[in-house]
Formats: sequence, structure tokens, C-alpha cells
Amino acid sequence: MTTMTTRVFPEWRDKSLDDSLLECRDLVESAEFETVARWREGGGLVAGHFQVYFPEEIVEAAGMLAFKMRGAPLEPDQADSHFGSYLCSILKTSLELSLSGTAELDVFFSHPICDAARNLAAIWGRNFDYPSQIVYLPQNPNSSGSVEYLRHEYDRVRRVVEEVSGREITDDDLRRSIEVFNENRRLLRELYDIKSETPWLITAEDAYALVALAGMMPRREHNELLATLLPQIRERTAKKEDRIRLVFEGGFCEQPPFDLIRMLGRTSYVVDDDFLIGLRWITSDVPTEGDPLTNLAEAYIEQSSYSPVQHDLRKPKEKMLLERIRESGAEAAVLAAAKMCEPGLEEQVAYTHALDEAGISYFVSEFEENMSSFDQLEMQLETFVENLLFA
Amino acid sequence: MNSEAAVDLVGRGNREGAALFRDWFDELNTTATSGGQAAYVFVMGSINEILKSFDLPVVFPEINSLQTAVRRVAHEYLEEAEDYGYSPDICGYVKADVATQLRGGEHPMGQIPPPTLSVLTNACNTYIKWAEIWERMYDCPTFTLDVPGTRQSGRQTWRGDSDFEADRKYVEVQLRELITVCEAVTGRKFDIDKFREVLTHANTMSRSWNRILELNQSKPALFSALTDGTIFLGVANGFRGTEAGARYFERLVEEMEYKAANGIGTTIEEEYRLLFVGVPCYPIFRRFNELFTDWGGTFVNSTYLWFASGGTNRGFEYDLKDPIASLAEGVLVSVRDAMDAMFHQDVVLADMVDDFGADGVIYHPIKSCRTVSTGLADGRRYLTKERDIPTLFIESDMMDRRVVSEAQMKNRIDAFFEGLASRRQMAGTKG
Repeated sequence: MTTMTTRVFPEWRDKSLDDSLLECRDLVESAEFETVARWREGGGLVAGHFQVYFPEEIVEAAGMLAFKMRGAPLEPDQADSHFGSYLCSILKTSLELSLSGTAELDVFFSHPICDAARNLAAIWGRNFDYPSQIVYLPQNPNSSGSVEYLRHEYDRVRRVVEEVSGREITDDDLRRSIEVFNENRRLLRELYDIKSETPWLITAEDAYALVALAGMMPRREHNELLATLLPQIRERTAKKEDRIRLVFEGGFCEQPPFDLIRMLGRTSYVVDDDFLIGLRWITSDVPTEGDPLTNLAEAYIEQSSYSPVQHDLRKPKEKMLLERIRESGAEAAVLAAAKMCEPGLEEQVAYTHALDEAGISYFVSEFEENMSSFDQLEMQLETFVENLLFA
Repeated sequence: MNSEAAVDLVGRGNREGAALFRDWFDELNTTATSGGQAAYVFVMGSINEILKSFDLPVVFPEINSLQTAVRRVAHEYLEEAEDYGYSPDICGYVKADVATQLRGGEHPMGQIPPPTLSVLTNACNTYIKWAEIWERMYDCPTFTLDVPGTRQSGRQTWRGDSDFEADRKYVEVQLRELITVCEAVTGRKFDIDKFREVLTHANTMSRSWNRILELNQSKPALFSALTDGTIFLGVANGFRGTEAGARYFERLVEEMEYKAANGIGTTIEEEYRLLFVGVPCYPIFRRFNELFTDWGGTFVNSTYLWFASGGTNRGFEYDLKDPIASLAEGVLVSVRDAMDAMFHQDVVLADMVDDFGADGVIYHPIKSCRTVSTGLADGRRYLTKERDIPTLFIESDMMDRRVVSEAQMKNRIDAFFEGLASRRQMAGTKG
């Protein structure tokens, strides 16, 4: 049985910062998800959870790996025949990872984040023997009953994970897990502070890789990685360049190709974004005193970020975007959406209208995780940035 | 029953349904021109039961939108919304409604009043995004009634189970909060007696809808689930909880019982009994149906009649002694059932194939609706393993004629029926 001390990503250790980051990038860019295979080779169990947010603390409390399913840059050769047209890529490539055996799971969780993704649990259930579940995160977080409801839903998830892992998850197990995740959240916030305060110290793609790794390795191990590399990044001596500070919006579910993020970093400083926002959904420490599941439920509702797939009357998305832009000191925004992603495409309209009203420049774009040519996009983005720089 | 009365009975549901539909839109037109209040709701969980207790006229933007397609003007509305910024790749219903709002409520069936309040469930995520558009346009109260669905295929929970009770309690808390919102919006106190009256009418409708669907197991089928069924659905949604709706459905049951007893089918000679999965092709609605009826194909049931009635097909009847708690249970069970008819349609269909003696299953995934369409290809794979039944998979749209290719569709449908005929010939039996 794999334990929490098993290392699934040792390659970065005992290397220079640049070499460590190179290892991180290589791992994230790969569609092989070697960390999952390594975890399984050690006898570990894996809970796959589809975007956007999932209470990973519950899974790790059972000694399982919480694997964030975020698609992959690959051809969905086997998965294609399970879907029709007019669908985003991440659905297909996530299924492909499982059908091909690249990412073998012991349980699959999805959430009704959008009309398409809410079909996934049924599709998984028809194709795999392990449990395939929907976690109904509250879509009415403004109801006085939402915390109590979510607490029960998390308890249900706990029971499912106990059944799969064959291990009881005590409240103390959960508290210990929450502590690990609190530390992870603190480190990720620190990474984003660096992006915002001194973006010349870390490239957009390196920052992205460091975040993405959280979804494919035990969080305690990820903490070791960040705790080691972040101080080294802070000590870098790179000089600030004359670049536009951008916010990237539209990476909450399907991820842009790694090269697109690299290209963005070449033309600007990406000082804040919503890449993999589910890994950073809870914005402050979750209390460890009291009932851990209630604490997690409250944190989801009261201490959380925003995305186009959560409705909260207190968090109109365009208002939240304007806050993100202001707080990060950005000068403009890239408003992207994955192809065929309805929530993302719908939000673009509200975003553009709000930014027009606020007089903030923006660049609207669509992407697909499998796209490989960015020449035209890069030229358009460069033109946009130059217009801002030399306006 | 004399022959004159019988003649009057057959087809009465369609005639009365069409009249009620016109009355409904006339009422909306009057509301719009007089500046009255209106609640925007959706077909999967309209919560008419509460809204009608406050005498709020209900607007179903989904129905308004599909009417633009049936009346062949949808493209004008879609283009207007796309000019406003909405992508060609999002739901056509949303875009047609956006354009209706941008036009100040102008619609082919009359003037649509703006929302005073919108009430939506999470049965379709687009409902949530859609209502956010009204929030921005009108700054009106929006109430999301969150109804948790089935967590895993075949693992629905029921009364008495702690997981079910947690869901039911959550829904009940929200319904009570909705009542408070309605009181604030209308300035009226909630009247529990009137509420019971509305629930009584809703119970009649649910019981009747369930019976009507069951009766269509008759051979020949009594009504087309695609065309006649869409009329019935309109009344089921717009008139839920009203006396007129209850009366209509009682009379519809009477008609269908008569037809069943006398072996009266639809207007065609039934050769093949078909099941329909998905949402109809409204831009060419009549022609779409003819592509099947020309071959003697009759749609005897559809998942559409289940989910687009918000799960009324279950026939859930509210307990008037504890009406709010019972409404919570009914909404939970019915809306969950509507979702199951979309996401776990494979299970639903396997039963329908047996119960309705189906000869074939038509899958019609559409660009506009990922809720209904995403799982159909995989569900079809499953069904063909479970049941020895021919299936046809045709993609188009419910709104956007740009992705409807009638000629291509006809080729595939013709080939499908040729296959059915050949299969029947080989089996050496008919019917």
C-alpha cells in the first residue's frame, strides 16, 4: 500500500532552481500523468475528480491520491465514439485517459458544473466497474440551508471513499488532512503573490506548472516542492521589464495548451488568472477546530473564489473579475474561453460589457487544449499589447 | 357515446390545447401591455405550485424561444443575440430570449412581459447562466432552487433514507425562502388554503399525465409523442396548478381512454413504433415529423415527454396535510426524475423499449443542448448491448437552421427505415 510518505515526483530534488522547474514543466506538459501510475505501482488507490472544485481533503484523509482530471493534450481515439459533436475537448480527453488506462482510477467524482460535464458520471458508470458519482455542490449557496446540506453531501462522499479505500476516515484524519491543505493553500497564495508583486521572477508557464502539479501528486509532497522552490524564486535577480500586466480569465475548466501560456508569458506579465481555480478555490485557512466537514462546507461557501460555473448572488462574475484586475494591478485582461464551453462563452459577454464600462482593455479569444499552432494568435496578442504599450 | 360526440372527442386535446396556448399568450400580452408582474420559470421545475398561489403569470422563455423556431423566425433572433456578443456555440433558446428582451418583449405570439422575478432549478446549468442575464438586464430577484439529483446510476434514495431526507430538507428550506421572496415581490401574504387548491390541481394533472403516457402503450399508439405530445407539454407547463390545466388533462385522459377502447390511433397507419430521445428539430418541425410518418413511423414515447414535463410523468401527488414538506419531496423526486431521463436515459429507454413494444429508437442530439445531448452516443452504445433494437443517431438543432440539413437527415432516416423493413422481412413477422 502506498503511504503518504511515498514520493511520486522525485526528479526535481537536489537540482538547481532552473532544472527543478524544467522537471516540473516536463511533468505537467506530458499527457502520461506518470505520478498517478507511480502511486498505483506502490499499491495506492486513486480518486479521479473532474473539474472544477472537489473537497480533496476527504480523499487524502483516507490515504488515497486525489487526481484532478483536467483533460490532456492528446487525441481522444477511443473516447471519440462515446460523444457526439459540439462538445468541448476536455470531456473527451478525460475519458480517453481512463479508457486508455493512462490514468487508472478506483472511483470517479464529477460535479454538475455545466450541461456537458454533468453527463460524465453516467458515462463513466456505463464504462467502468468502479463507483462513479456526482457530488452536488450547492448551486444556491445563498440559502440558509446550504451549509448543512453540503456538510451532509461531504459526509456522503466520506462514506463512498471509506467504502472504496476500506478505511475509516475519522474526524482527526480529516483535521490532519485539512492542515496539509491549509499549508498548500498558503504556499499557492505565496506563489500568486510573487506573480502579482514581482512577475519578472517567474514565468507564466513555470507558475502554471507549479499549480498544476498540485492536482497530480499528494499534497504533502507538493508542499515540499513549493516550500523548497518558492524561496529560491524570491531570491532570483531577474530585472523587471517593460511589459503589460495582464489577467487571464477562462482557465477554470479546460486548460489552454501549455505553449499558449508560454506565449502569453513572452508577451506580457500574467499577474493573476483563474487557471485551475478549483485547486485555489478556498481562499483562506479552513479551521481545524470543531466539525471538519462543517468547516469544509462553510469554507466552500464563505471563503471561496468565483468561477462561471458557480452561481452566488454575492459574487457577480464581472464584479469579481474587476476586483481581480484591480487587486493584481493589471492593465488589461485576456478573456478566453475553451471552444464549445458554454459557461465560459456566456460569461465573455458579461465580462466584455463590464470592462467596456470600466474602460479596461481586453483581448477576447477561444482555445482548445489540443491546439498546436499559435502564430496568428500570438501576432494578434502582440498587436494588442503593443497598442497598449505605445498608446 | 353517440357518434357525433365521439367525433368531437377525437382530437379534442389538440384543439383545446391550442386554444389554451393562445389564451396563455394573450394573458402574457395583457400583462406586458398593462405593466403587470410576471415570473420567468423553466420547464424542469417551474414551481408553478407556489407562483400560482400568488397569482403570478408565468413566462417560460424556453417555450417562447421554441415558438420562434416553429414560426421560422428563430434565425432573426439568433443573429441579433450573436451581434450582441453571444457565441454561435451556445444554447439557441438563450439567444432567442436575449433578442426577445433586447426587442422589449416583441415575440411572434405577442408581447412578452419583462421578469419581476425569475425562478429556476439546477436541472439544466444553462438555466442558471440564463437567469444571470436577466439579473444584469433587469436587476430583478433571481431564485435558484437547487435540487440535488441522482448521485450514481441505480442508486436513487427514497423517503426514510438519511441522504434523501437531507436533500428533501434542503429543498424545503429553499421553498420556504422562495415563498418569502414571492411575498416581498407581490406584497401579498402566502395563502396556505389557496396553495392547497393549487396543489390539488397539480395532483390531477400529474395523475393524468402519468396515465396518458401509460395509455400510449396501446397499439396503435393514441398520439404522437413528438407532435401531439408537444401540445400536451405546453399545457402541462403553462397551466400546472390551475383549474384549467387540471380540467384539460382530465378531458385528455377521457379522450385517450376512448381512443384506446376503440383502437383509434394517430392520423397515420402505424407501421413502426419508435422512441424519441433528445429534443425535437423545431426549425423544420412538421417536416421532421413527416420524415418518419411517411414510412409509417409513430413516436410512441420520448424522453422529452419526461424531462420537459419536469418529471410530471412520475405522477407524484402531494399530501395536502403537510403541503410544503410534500411539495419539497415532490419537487425532489420529479426534478430528479427529469434529470435521470437525460443523464441516465439508457436505463429509462431499456424499460420503454419493452413496455411500448418499440421497433426502433431515434437519438436526436442537438448543438444547442448539451444537457440532453452529451451522453446520448454513449447511452446508445449501452442500449444496443442491452436490447436488440435498431437505433438511429442524427444530429441537428432545436433552434438553429444553420446546422439542420434536411436532405442529409432524410437520407439517413430513409436508410434506417429500409433497415427496419428488411429486418422485419427477415424475421418473417409483422407488427
